[in-house]
Amino acid sequence: MISSFPKLLNATLVTLKLVSLSLIFGIFLGTFFAILRTGKNKFLKNFSYYYSYVFRGTPMLVQLFIIYFGLAQIEYLRSSFLWIILKEPYWCAIIAFTLNTGAYTSEILRSAFETIDKGYIEAGQSLGIPKNKIFYKIKFPIAIRQSLPAYSNEMILMLKGTSLASTVTLMDLTGVAKFIISTTFKPIEIFIVAGSIYLFITFLIHTFVKLVERKLEYPK
Amino acid sequence: MELLVFGKNGWGDELFFATLMTLAVAITAMLIGFFFALIFTPLKISKNKILNFIGNFYTTVIRGVPELLVIYLFFFGGSTAVMFVAKIFGYEGYIEINAFITGAFSIGIISGAYSTEVFRGAYQSIKRGQFEASKVLGLKKNLSFFKVILPQMLRLAIPNITNVWQITLKDTALISVTGLVEIMRQSHIAAGSTRDPLLFYSFAAVLYLILTFFSMKVLNKLETHYQRGH
Repeated sequence: MISSFPKLLNATLVTLKLVSLSLIFGIFLGTFFAILRTGKNKFLKNFSYYYSYVFRGTPMLVQLFIIYFGLAQIEYLRSSFLWIILKEPYWCAIIAFTLNTGAYTSEILRSAFETIDKGYIEAGQSLGIPKNKIFYKIKFPIAIRQSLPAYSNEMILMLKGTSLASTVTLMDLTGVAKFIISTTFKPIEIFIVAGSIYLFITFLIHTFVKLVERKLEYPK
Repeated sequence: MELLVFGKNGWGDELFFATLMTLAVAITAMLIGFFFALIFTPLKISKNKILNFIGNFYTTVIRGVPELLVIYLFFFGGSTAVMFVAKIFGYEGYIEINAFITGAFSIGIISGAYSTEVFRGAYQSIKRGQFEASKVLGLKKNLSFFKVILPQMLRLAIPNITNVWQITLKDTALISVTGLVEIMRQSHIAAGSTRDPLLFYSFAAVLYLILTFFSMKVLNKLETHYQRGH
């Protein structure tokens, strides 16, 4: 049990890298699609709706396999510069995770945008603040504050989701745990160690978001 | 496209049965989950500190640990545990647990943690007045639970249970790692032997979309049924 600890700790770094990268890319993607979704253009609106519908309605494993195994089949892609990225399981995993978390994030942000009190926007308009400034200075900060609780759930889901990386040969925390279990046949001990590491990270995320939430709290 | 036809030359019938298998695992897991929720929801709302701790431990651990890790625990640990018990009763041979049972059980435990949270939330959002009113009317404890509290709990819980169903359905894709032939596993086999992973994994995605779409239709009907009068 103790001898497996350093190996699992090393693998935790891989997991952390996967989570943080896909969450960072995912926020940008999610914001982009949330803006399309709340915008006026009907085509872009529908596009954003179906994007989130498809990615939320299918298992992430399928998405990962389509990107990792499926895209390699397209001759055109193999000869393009994209192949440098797509041949690496690491980047395939990050692309799949980003697209997945982007779909959920866009949904969270969309509902935050839609529940913003109209009064704030009208106040901005009557003060003569230009449209894009209303977005950056009024709408966006309120939406961020509004969606923090839901987003902390999404962060934890993504942390758990990165365990799928082990199915495309990446040695993340779950991958290494599985490897040790299958060689030592000590499933319970390894589960306790790896599980505790995951729970500890979950706890950290939870505390961090609570802190940010308190910092961003506005007087009611 | 001809790879997807039914019969000897295509994978249509195999994928059709795999879809049924996915549904079977998801429904079984959901029911096992309800069984766990039945045990752990009372623990979570109990005033006893120890029982409360047990309930919280279950939901926190299961919801904080990756599904895949839970599946590996039961996949590798399941038969060891069963053999250990069998040894006590004097059986020395090797026992292998069926992949369906391991899969449904591990997904069921995960689904149960989410269901427990949903039922706890539903119970706690019932107004105190309802409990007091049924007490004042002199209803016996179990009568007041089944006739007053439970119907209201279901109304509050069903929209969230629909979410749990979605999660459970998607989680079944993970048990393909144990070798159970459901949609993912069958697509993997088909993709391997035809060297056409793009087609088969995309088709798997379509199958999952169809499953989520139609099950949402059914569950929304149920939701309106329990919403009547509100």
